Amino acid sequence: MRAFWFVALALLPAVVSAQNLVPFTVSGDSIEGALEGRAGDATRGEAVVKNRETGNCLICHTIPDRRERFQGELGPPLAGVGLRLTAGQIRLRLVDPTQVNDRAIMPAYYRVHGLVNVEPRHVGRPVLGAQEIEDVVSYLSGLKE
Amino acid sequence: MFALVQPAFASDIRPSREFLSPELRAQQDDPARHPGWLWVEQGEALWRAAPPSGQPSCGGCHGSVAGMRGVATRYPAVSAEGALLNLELRIEQCRSQRQGEAPFGYESEALLSLTAAIAARSRGLPMSVVTSGAAAAHLAEGTRLYSLRQGQLNLSCSQCHDDNAGRRLRGDVISSGLGLGYPAYRLEWNGVGSLHRRLRACALGVRAAQLLPGSAEYLALELFLADRARGLTIEAPGLRR
Repeated sequence: MRAFWFVALALLPAVVSAQNLVPFTVSGDSIEGALEGRAGDATRGEAVVKNRETGNCLICHTIPDRRERFQGELGPPLAGVGLRLTAGQIRLRLVDPTQVNDRAIMPAYYRVHGLVNVEPRHVGRPVLGAQEIEDVVSYLSGLKE
Repeated sequence: MFALVQPAFASDIRPSREFLSPELRAQQDDPARHPGWLWVEQGEALWRAAPPSGQPSCGGCHGSVAGMRGVATRYPAVSAEGALLNLELRIEQCRSQRQGEAPFGYESEALLSLTAAIAARSRGLPMSVVTSGAAAAHLAEGTRLYSLRQGQLNLSCSQCHDDNAGRRLRGDVISSGLGLGYPAYRLEWNGVGSLHRRLRACALGVRAAQLLPGSAEYLALELFLADRARGLTIEAPGLRR
């Protein structure tokens, strides 16, 4: 139950940032419910994964798409991730992988607290919005091979 | 979805040149095909040029720039006044205190050129900064900064340059992050830039606040990197992507 972070921050008027985040509930190693109950769109999610300004997932990961040259090799390949992990498990790992492994190198894409020296224009903003997270969850869940 | 962090060992630290493509490495070794040497030539001209103030040129006090051999291996260093100075700031100090001129300005072409000309005289010589005495506190600060997770992407220098050196971020191979080639000609810049400019680019990459070149934090980090590179040889002017 880590929803309290966001509830607590929302009570502080000075913390504008929290308005960007919706509460969610962590159970085990997953977030079962879609953020804000939003429906994800796999096509939009694919675009976020490939976009170098937003998700930029391919800086570290590979996807099974030969049109994408120069994919990264820091994280595990994403081919078949939809078989290995449930949508809820994928969602938590996008939101904040350090909740699964505190030494994870992968950034948290939906978190604004506990960060240090953040560039001013990004302060209080998650890397991805709730809709983008759901879109990426939808795309990755569909990577079955 | 996330990479396990693997322990890093000192033996994993490899010279910057080993991370270059064979083509770029050959080009770095060939002054005729390495534009960074244009800055070195410009810096050597500045070395000999008398400033308008009427005070001596660099060469007027120090003699030939060839006498600067080995100097860059010892910077950053704590000055007689107690400040941690890198090569750039040491030149600026001479410029203002000995030559009676306004400082060139960090990242100015003149300062980059002079720094490159002096650093090039240490090419192939091993780094050997002093980290004891007054430098110890700066080294401790640099060590802290190196392993501090920061920015919106919450990454430390160490997570890339220790744990993942040699792996690819998109098309780029992550180096050990030693800074041995700076000032370096970077293809992305289409010119020569300082190590601090390069550190700012890393900060931008992890979406952390970019500090000013010459800031205390970057100087401390530069000292840490120089100590980390102890025994490895200077490549300045380097050639980088």
